[in-house]
Amino acid sequence: MSIAAETKSQVAELGEKYKYGFVTDIEMERAPKGLSEDTVRYISAKKGEPDWMLEWRLGAFKRWQAMTEPKWARVHYPKIDYQNAYYYAAPKNTPKKQSLDEVDPKLLETYKKLGIPLHEQMALAGVAVDAVFDSVSVATTFKEKLNEAGVIFCPISEAIRDYPDLVKKYLGTVVPVTDNYFATLNSAVFSDGTFVYVPKGVRCPMELSTYFRINASETGQFERTLIIADEDSYVSYLEGCTAPKRDENQLHAAVVELIALDNAEIKYSTVQNWYPGDENGLGGIFNFVTKRGDCRGKKSKISWTQVETGSAITWKYPSCILRGDESVGEFYSIAIANHYQQADTGTKMIHLGANTRSRIISKGISAGKAQNTYRGLVSVYGKAKNARNYTQCDSLLIGGDCGAHTVPYIESRNKTARIEHEATTSKIAEDQLFYCLARGIPQDEAVSLIVNGFCREVLQQLPMEFAVEAQKLVGISLEGSVG
Amino acid sequence: MLEIKNLHVAVDGKEILKGLNLSIGAGEVHAIMGPNGSGKSTLSYVLAGRAGYDITQGSIAYNGEDLAALAPEERAAKGVFLAMQYPVEIPGVTTMTFLKTALNSQRRARGESDIDAVGVLKLVRAKAKTLNVSEEMLKRALNVGFSGGEKKRLEILQMAIFEPKLAILDETDSGLDIDALRLVAEGVNALRDPSRAMLVITHYQRLLDYIVPDRIHVLAKGRIVAEGGKELALELEAKGYEHIVGQAA
Ligand SMILES: Nc1ncnc2c1ncn2[C@@H]1O[C@H](COP(=O)(O)OP(=O)(O)OP(=O)(O)O)[C@@H](O)[C@H]1O
Ligand SMILES: [Mg+2]
Repeated sequence: MSIAAETKSQVAELGEKYKYGFVTDIEMERAPKGLSEDTVRYISAKKGEPDWMLEWRLGAFKRWQAMTEPKWARVHYPKIDYQNAYYYAAPKNTPKKQSLDEVDPKLLETYKKLGIPLHEQMALAGVAVDAVFDSVSVATTFKEKLNEAGVIFCPISEAIRDYPDLVKKYLGTVVPVTDNYFATLNSAVFSDGTFVYVPKGVRCPMELSTYFRINASETGQFERTLIIADEDSYVSYLEGCTAPKRDENQLHAAVVELIALDNAEIKYSTVQNWYPGDENGLGGIFNFVTKRGDCRGKKSKISWTQVETGSAITWKYPSCILRGDESVGEFYSIAIANHYQQADTGTKMIHLGANTRSRIISKGISAGKAQNTYRGLVSVYGKAKNARNYTQCDSLLIGGDCGAHTVPYIESRNKTARIEHEATTSKIAEDQLFYCLARGIPQDEAVSLIVNGFCREVLQQLPMEFAVEAQKLVGISLEGSVG
Repeated sequence: MLEIKNLHVAVDGKEILKGLNLSIGAGEVHAIMGPNGSGKSTLSYVLAGRAGYDITQGSIAYNGEDLAALAPEERAAKGVFLAMQYPVEIPGVTTMTFLKTALNSQRRARGESDIDAVGVLKLVRAKAKTLNVSEEMLKRALNVGFSGGEKKRLEILQMAIFEPKLAILDETDSGLDIDALRLVAEGVNALRDPSRAMLVITHYQRLLDYIVPDRIHVLAKGRIVAEGGKELALELEAKGYEHIVGQAA
C-alpha cells in the first residue's frame, strides 16, 4: 500500500482505536438527575458520612451557586447544563468488599480488560491499586502489606469514617473550598477517590495507584484525592483514567491535594486517557481538574509528572506551593492533543520560602485540528530569597491545522530570585520522517519514535512499571496524524 | 538486480534527472562520480523512495519489481539501503533504540520474528566493534552532536546490521579521516557478495582504491555521460569533469 492509501485507511479506522471505549453492562444505582441540596445530602447519606462532612459539602454547594464558570482558558465548548447530569452512580448492591473474591466478577473483568490486574497474586508488578468505578471505590489491593508499614491507603469515603481527625486536619487546606468554580463544585458533590497517609520516617514500600473508570452515561465523576506525607517520608503514586466511547460529553472535575511535611517527598504521576472524542470532535470527557501540592515542611519535595493524551477538553494546572524553606517543586508534562481536542494545561510554582527551587519541563504535541496551550505561573514572594526556577516549554506541531500556544506568567518580588525560561516550537521534520522510513520503520511507528524522543525527559520521570505503557499510548494517540 | 531506464525525475516541478540509464547486476559494485549538483543525491533519494521526488518518465526495476510502487519502508524491508550524504539527527531517541526499532520493523515486514533487546544488543555490539563505533555513541541520541565522520560510520554500521541486497552509499567517504576511510571500505568489502549489489557515490578516486568498482559512471546534468572501468576514475582525477562532460555535450 502506498503511504497515502495507508494513511487514509488508518484515518478511517481511527474511531476504533480507543481501546478502552467499551461499556460494562452492570446494574447501577444513581442519584436523581440534577444538582440541588438534596443531591448533596443524597451523596453524603450514601457514603454514611458524619455530620461535619455534610455541613462542609453544603457550605461548598451554597458557595458554588454564587460562582460563575471561569472563561479565561483557551478552550471552547458548549455550555454545560449542570442540571442535566447524574452526580452519583454506583454498581448496585456493592457495599465495599472485604476480599477481592467477593467483588462482582464483571468489575474484575472490566479492570482486567483495562490491563489492571486486581487479583493480588496477579499483581506481579507489586503495585497497590485502588479501583474507582464511577462514584465508588470497588477494590483496594495490598492493604495489609501497607498496614504493616503503617501506610494508610484507602478510598477517601472510608477515611472520612475511619480517620476523621486526619481528614479534618488536612482536607481543603491546599485547595480551599472557595478556590475555583470546579473545585467548589467538587467539594459539594465529590464521590470517591483515594486517601493516603505515610507516617513519619516511612518510605512507602510499593508504588500506590488509583485507577479511575467512568462507566455510566450522563454521569459526572468528581473524585477527591488527599495524600499526606509526614516528616521524612516518601511515597510514589500514580493515577490512570479511562472512559467508554460516548457521543455525549461527560464532566470530570477532580480535586487532588498533596501535603509534604519536613523532608518528605511525594511523587505524583498521571496517565490521563479519558475518552478524547471521535475524529470529528463528537463526545469526549470535559476534564476540569484542580491539583495542588503544598510543600509545607522544609526541604520537602513534590514532583508532578503527567501524560495527558485523553479528554476532549483539558483544564488542568498541577501546582506547588513552596512554603517550606529549601523545598522543591517539579512539573513534568506531556500533553498530546489530536483531532479536535483542546488542552490548556501547565503549572503554578509559588515560591514562599527561602532557597526554594522549581523546575518545569513541558512538552506539548498538537496534531489534527487540535489546540494545545501551556499556561504557567512562576511567582516569587518577598521572603523567598534565592528562589530558583527553570522552565522549558517545547511544542511540536504535526500538520498545518493545529495550534500551540505558550502563556508564561512570571512575577518576582525578590531581587535575588533567578528565573529562567526557554521555549521552542518545532515541526516533525520531513527529513527525520524520511530517515526512519528509509530504514524500514513504518510511518506511524516513526511518528511515535520521534515524538517519544521529543518527550524523553518527561517519560524518564515515570515509574518504570508505567513508562512502557505511556510510550505506547503516545504512539497510539497520534496514529494516522501524518498524511 | 537494478535496472533504471530513461529515468526523469522532477523536484518541485524542476527536472533534475533527465533520461538516466543504469543497470547493476547481482554481485557488482558500481561507482557514480560527477560534479556538484549533477543529480547524484537525487538519484539516491528516488531509489530510496523519498516523498517529493516525482518520477515523470521512465522506470526502475528492482529484482524485476517496479520499485516506484513500493513505499520507502517496504523497499528497506526488501533490502534497499541508502547511506545518506547528510544523516539526520533525531533528538531523544538513542541510537540503540533506533537500530532495534528499524531492524525489527524490517524483520516484521518480511514475516520474520522480532529479535529481543538482548539479541539486538549482542548483534549491534559485535558489528560496532569492527567499525570502531563506541558503546557511548550507541547510548547517545541518534546522530545528535556526532561529528561528521561519526555520522558516516554509523551509516555503515547500519548497513552491516541490516545486510541489505542493494546498498547505495552517497558520499560516505566525505569527511572521513584516512583510518576511518579504511574501516568503512573494509565494512563495504565485507558485505561484497554474489547476491548483493552496491552503488557508491563519491567525488574521490581515493575511495575507489579501497573499494574497487566493477564499473564507473559519470553523471552530469541529470544524465550518464561517460562510463568505464576503474581507470576512468584516474582519468577524471587527472583531467577534471570539464574535459569529459564537455566531450559528451
Ligand atoms: N527542492 C528542490 N528544488 C529545486 N531544485 C532542487 C531541489 N532539490 C535539489 N535541487 C537541485 O537539484 C540538483 C541536484 O542536486 P543533488 O543533491 O542531486 O546533487 P548532487 O549531485 O548530489 O551534488 P553534490 O555533489 O553536491 O552532493 C541541484 O542543482 C539542486 O540544487
Ligand atoms: Mg549529493
